[in-house]
Amino acid sequence: MSEAQVLRTFPHRHSGHCESGTISALLRDRGLALSEPMWFGIGSGLFFLHTARIKVGGLPLTTYRVAPLGIVRNASRRLGITMRYERFRDPRRAKDRLDDLLARGESVGLQACVYWLPYFPADMRFQFNGHNLVAFAHDESGFWLSDPVFEHIVCCPPDALQRARFARGAFAPRGLLYFPESVPAAPDIEGAIRQGIKSTCRQMLDIPLLPVGVRGIRALARQMGQWPRQLGEARARAQVTQIVRMQEEIGTGGAGFRFIFAAFLREATTYVEGPLLEDLSKEMTAIGDQWRQWAVTGAQVCRGQRAGADVYHELAALLRSLAAREEALFRALWDGVIRRRRRGVA
Amino acid sequence: MKVHEVPQDDSVLAGLRRACYAEDGQGRYVVVPSRGWEVERIVNEQAHKALRQVLEDTRQAVLEGRLSALAYHMVHCQMDARLLAANAGLCRWRVRRHLKPSVFARLGDDMKQRYAMALGVSVQSLNQVPQDSS
Repeated sequence: MSEAQVLRTFPHRHSGHCESGTISALLRDRGLALSEPMWFGIGSGLFFLHTARIKVGGLPLTTYRVAPLGIVRNASRRLGITMRYERFRDPRRAKDRLDDLLARGESVGLQACVYWLPYFPADMRFQFNGHNLVAFAHDESGFWLSDPVFEHIVCCPPDALQRARFARGAFAPRGLLYFPESVPAAPDIEGAIRQGIKSTCRQMLDIPLLPVGVRGIRALARQMGQWPRQLGEARARAQVTQIVRMQEEIGTGGAGFRFIFAAFLREATTYVEGPLLEDLSKEMTAIGDQWRQWAVTGAQVCRGQRAGADVYHELAALLRSLAAREEALFRALWDGVIRRRRRGVA
Repeated sequence: MKVHEVPQDDSVLAGLRRACYAEDGQGRYVVVPSRGWEVERIVNEQAHKALRQVLEDTRQAVLEGRLSALAYHMVHCQMDARLLAANAGLCRWRVRRHLKPSVFARLGDDMKQRYAMALGVSVQSLNQVPQDSS
């Protein structure tokens, strides 16, 4: 059977991040074309959390975005899209259901573990259950997937996909599949953007008690100065390495999602009037560039080019400056987009 | 980051490209495929060097009879006892016990089959570790 006979076409787009890329592709396939950054912003994906309570490969977890599926859930709710989510106890039923949906011509979002997906290069595979991708066809060569972080569509053997969908542990997918059931003809995009911005500001500035968001960056800065003394040079270096990996290596579109968010602010200027968003988009880009600078210094530590307490203090100082800039940005965003509207000025 | 600043260093992507967001000349954001970034390569190499070292230490420990072959395959899959326990549907303390060579040697085929499934290897290879470091 030739490819053309079996495969339906799918509007695959190369994306920075798996989750925003997946939801963007699922809706584009159903006639609602919004870019990846728009989904990321509307779904309030931007965040910061560093905690030693959760370990990834024995090192503290650092994340620059919200928990898996947060973007899909929030963005679709804010745009008035009804999503259907299905999890399965029985892997066979999960596979049958996926086959059914694909036979009906639906494209389907899947959650899967990166480690078991054979099309990932060996050095990129790691145990992470929160990866998202789209399945859109199935034939004898396997499942045809639009994995947003890959440049082109890929084909995956059924066994491997099955294993990836039923990996256990933190964020276990339990065979999760999801797809939009109904899409409004004219979604309120401006309203959704405002809600996305509001909730992003909230989670970066106002979550009480926990060291997350901007305060999370400051908390990390406080700890980092102590690392070489407290943990020893080797462990301190490993922890810095881990943060750089989470920021740049795992699909973030660069600078731990800061560039995607800048792209969202820029695109939002089409819907929300005033020069504010454009200015803030530029500032977010500059902040992203500074995060990249942080990563460059981090890599020097990782390589052993630089060591000792001084460089850790320098890294901490850079983080404090990033926290200050991000705080100012989100306060301006709140004042300009949310508060203005409340007063009825906008 | 501007479009022309997107790094194109040969990196960990094995010929694949990663989507980066960068500003074009008009201040708009576009997706630019990147072959990789030097920084990324450094941290990825370092992390994988550490993983390989742990794997090699575990292999030695198995050959010296301090750990069971299960430990090697667990580490090979980048798992710890907690994750392996979740994937095999067992309690963590049982997995920990099975990392002892004497306990592992007494395991029945059913239990080994369970581990083999969870780790994606055959029961036969679950009993052994490679003779050479890889």
